[in-house]
Amino acid sequence: MQALTFKRGVHPPDGKALSAEQPIKVILPKENSELFFPMSQHIGAPCEPLVAVGDYVKVGQKIAESPAFMSSPIFSSISGEVVDIRPMLVPGGATVKAIVVKNDGKMVEVEGLNQVHDYTTMTNEEILACIKEAGVVGLGGAGFPTHVKLAPPKDQVIDYILINAAECEPYLTTDYRIMLEESDKVVRGLQVMLKLHPNAKGVIGIEMNKPKAIEAMTKACEGIPNITVQPLVTKFPQGSEKHLIYAITKREVKSGQLPSSAGCIVDNVDTVVAIERALFRGRPLMRRIVTLTGGGVKNPGNYKIRLGMTFRDIVELAGGFKEDNPPVKLIAGGPMMGPTMFTLDVATVKTSSALLCLTEEEAYIPPESNCIRCGKCVDHCPMALMPFMLNQFALRGEGDNFVKHHGLDCIECGSCSYECPAKRQLAQSIRATKKIEAGKKAAAAAKARAEAEAAKKAAEANK
Amino acid sequence: MSNFVVSATPHVRSKESIQSIMRDVLIALAPATVAGIYFFGIRALLLVVISIASAVVFEYLYQKMMKKRITISDLSAAVTGLLLAMNMPVAAPLWMPIVGSAFAIIIAKQLFGGLGQNFINPALAARAFLLASYPTAMTSWTTPGNFGVDAVATATPLAGLKGGFLTPTSADMVNALTGNVPGCIGETCAIALILGGIYLIMKHVISWRIPVIYIATVFILTALIGRNGVRLPLYELFIGGLMLGAFFMATDYASSPVTPKGQIIMGLGCGLLTTLIRIYGGYPEGVSYSILIMNLCVPLIDRYTQPKIFGAPEVKKA
Repeated sequence: MQALTFKRGVHPPDGKALSAEQPIKVILPKENSELFFPMSQHIGAPCEPLVAVGDYVKVGQKIAESPAFMSSPIFSSISGEVVDIRPMLVPGGATVKAIVVKNDGKMVEVEGLNQVHDYTTMTNEEILACIKEAGVVGLGGAGFPTHVKLAPPKDQVIDYILINAAECEPYLTTDYRIMLEESDKVVRGLQVMLKLHPNAKGVIGIEMNKPKAIEAMTKACEGIPNITVQPLVTKFPQGSEKHLIYAITKREVKSGQLPSSAGCIVDNVDTVVAIERALFRGRPLMRRIVTLTGGGVKNPGNYKIRLGMTFRDIVELAGGFKEDNPPVKLIAGGPMMGPTMFTLDVATVKTSSALLCLTEEEAYIPPESNCIRCGKCVDHCPMALMPFMLNQFALRGEGDNFVKHHGLDCIECGSCSYECPAKRQLAQSIRATKKIEAGKKAAAAAKARAEAEAAKKAAEANK
Repeated sequence: MSNFVVSATPHVRSKESIQSIMRDVLIALAPATVAGIYFFGIRALLLVVISIASAVVFEYLYQKMMKKRITISDLSAAVTGLLLAMNMPVAAPLWMPIVGSAFAIIIAKQLFGGLGQNFINPALAARAFLLASYPTAMTSWTTPGNFGVDAVATATPLAGLKGGFLTPTSADMVNALTGNVPGCIGETCAIALILGGIYLIMKHVISWRIPVIYIATVFILTALIGRNGVRLPLYELFIGGLMLGAFFMATDYASSPVTPKGQIIMGLGCGLLTTLIRIYGGYPEGVSYSILIMNLCVPLIDRYTQPKIFGAPEVKKA
């Protein structure tokens, strides 16, 4: 089949050889170690604890939730005593209130776990409720609550459910391993999603650099008429939602819109497996696969971890860093878009797909020099922006010009900085200005709302 | 222990640098330079060396005096120096590339902010400056092979066409391709320049748009207009500075558009102006002035040719 793709983009060295052929290995938290369950691991309202310090919690017990629709509950992945509720660092640099559970090592399961559901006899509402009650969110990185994504506004007809298996970030191999080792689960999870949108086609998009995964998934989908495997050109950011949709359907998600506006739902491979686990095995989201990789680790590989472990736990249980060439940079995710961390004492969350440990040599970033206007950033920007120009606006503080030239549409993929021969920090400056301008926009909207309300009140008082 | 580096994404960078790009340009210019030295002799080599050396020295001195970071290792000054020498006749006095380099590096490049900030091509600006200041020395052409100062003064093929005293034969065509014609040191060997240009396009240093459209425009317009009743569009492509200008001067990053549409306009504009100057203008050759004029339009071109962004909302027509 012809491999599809989007326009522009970059080809960073993929670094996947380090961990690609390492089968998924389960690592369990050590007895008496502390696990951290931050209250916000998703897009939407943060959860509130359902347990107090001193409570005993079991595996699979719901320990935090929020009444908001746009939210997702949190489950204990171990059994033990709640020893504290305190702020904890999460990837990305924020500190979030977290429930701290001391692992008693017994793995006592909560009653009612492992309840198998037959999705074919369930209504859509029941399926969505089951997915919500399992705490499933987008595991590819954004953490968008899956039950919300699967229930788009009524006027939006879903034609495609796309499984994002591009895994375009260099070094990451979790999706690859899942497709090789759990291909049947991916297919079953996708079938559940297709039950919700029976007229949609299920397409699994996989980059061409994973021929074994394409083979495994093609075999697993055999005989299922509404699911196909679509090879994609190996190019970054192929796994960006908007670009995956364009590659497969040639539809453009309009600026500021969600994929459902283009008739598509996109979910990551691991998310689909989480759906499968929720329905077929009655297990909420308590574990995920993390790629531990980079030149600085002894045993690069793919590890099935319990959510709530810290990155330090993972590194220690997986054999630690290389003594002769220790990492100088820790990245929670891939090298293109993953945030750096200043310490290993950071809680893993639902969206933690990797810990990349770069050595001094791998982490070297050359100094910036003048923009030479070569236009490579323009040639490679997947959003067809003019990054060098946005960079100038950002440096000069020209927010209005920045917005006018579509700076807010930047997806922060970093292709511009990657390509730039002058090594300019294009993505960094654009991201910072985006934050400022988006804040201004939100503040202006809030002010307008407040003024409208005040005017309404004044009008009522004058009556 | 928390001594880990924290930085903004992305954490990997491509291997390409300004230096690697400029090195590629030097490599691409090498065949034409060698051809120039072969046809015009050791004096041509001397001019090239003086020109490159003085360009680098002026950049170093300026940055040293202004207490800026010394950037001569990025090789951009060397490229400017080489291009300037390639744009000079072999009979030019040896002090001339020094004056030209000073103008190119200090006035056209550094005073406007250095690399990437010059609004016109420094080497061409210097050529225009020299041509205006020392018109006789800059237009004393010599026949290839007659080395050095003893050379016989002659006219370039373009001047011949303009004056109507040249009716090219197939032998003239071969000479134009190989570079065995009077002209500037680096502009005569069309084959070498085309090879260099292809190298740059293959290495993704330049896009095909400006050179291909520039050359195609000159070809089509020359074929349509003709001169003195003769239409020799193919011959006219290989004489004068067209190949050098199209591949190496009009594509100068700082002074050419970055948008794909803008690059097409740049190519069209250069081609149109070159043909008009060649056929109707006072000068026999119009490549350098057409590029300089188009350089001035670049900010405007870039402003109006921005690509449509991915996922742009449909424009509602009132």
